[in-house]
Amino acid sequence: MFKWLDPYAKPETLYRICGLWFPWLMTLAVLTLLLGTVWGLGFTPADYQQGDSYRIIHIHVPAAIWSMGAYSSMAIAAFIALVWQIKVAQWAVGAIAPIGAVYTLIALLTGMAWGKPMWGTWWVWDARLTSELILLFLYLGVIALSGAFADRQMGAKASALLAVVGVVNLPIIHFSVEWWNTLHQGATITKFAKPSIDPSMLWPLLLSILGFALLLAALTCLRLRTAILLNEQHRPWVRALAQQSDQKGNVPQTNAGRTV
Amino acid sequence: MPEFYFESLSAFWQMGGYALFVWLSFGSTYGLLFGLWWYSQRSQNRILQDLAKKQSREQRVRAQQQQEEEANESKT
Repeated sequence: MFKWLDPYAKPETLYRICGLWFPWLMTLAVLTLLLGTVWGLGFTPADYQQGDSYRIIHIHVPAAIWSMGAYSSMAIAAFIALVWQIKVAQWAVGAIAPIGAVYTLIALLTGMAWGKPMWGTWWVWDARLTSELILLFLYLGVIALSGAFADRQMGAKASALLAVVGVVNLPIIHFSVEWWNTLHQGATITKFAKPSIDPSMLWPLLLSILGFALLLAALTCLRLRTAILLNEQHRPWVRALAQQSDQKGNVPQTNAGRTV
Repeated sequence: MPEFYFESLSAFWQMGGYALFVWLSFGSTYGLLFGLWWYSQRSQNRILQDLAKKQSREQRVRAQQQQEEEANESKT
């Protein structure tokens, strides 16, 4: 059934595809983020209760959504790596984890900077905040475990296993605002009902969400390319690439030598 | 197209009194994202160079070994 996917699991093919996609994804991500940020910061009205502090929503919500989105994709890759032993899926886990960790950190930091003026405190041990902090620790655990074994294969397996097990935290984060009494507000747009936000504020928010998604994809491509080269360094195609880049690097020098 | 919400640029910077929190958020976000991109890009740029260096070192070592072997053979 998944026969058509097979060629994409070949490291060399994936390396080229990621190289092809990266510039487009990165350009689109930067443009979308720029537009969403400028729109959200300067061209939307202030909130009737929260004033201009609510503008933090334009980075807080996208970062929080994709901190979980990144975790889901990382866990799917980890599952594929564990069950079907596909190498590139294993490398994808290592490529996504630091991006997810940064997104989670952003969600936490912006949440703190928003909580201080609105709730009167930088931090409370509230269900939503605590479960998001656990998400950060899960990411850090996945990163740390992959480098914690002398045998690289063993470390990769352990980190993939932690990534898969950590999925239980995702529904806890999402439903924490319903299951427990928390200081954090309920869902605004990620629910099966009309979003409880005015369209004038919704559009720049959706743009930022798209921007964070594109950036996640772009950075995954970039980091996956590095991981592929690192793991395939003894293969002929990587050796040829390295030699090419070496010659390219030397060309300007030899040319300069000739003209002088 | 929506209009600029603030009356002046200085009002924009003040963010209705929430300047510290708003700019702290946006500053740390884009600082972290830029840092992540910079780090990832640097590793990608360096890896092929490093591999090329490693390969030429391997070649030199191999050539050296071959020379020594040939020298030993000619002695005997």
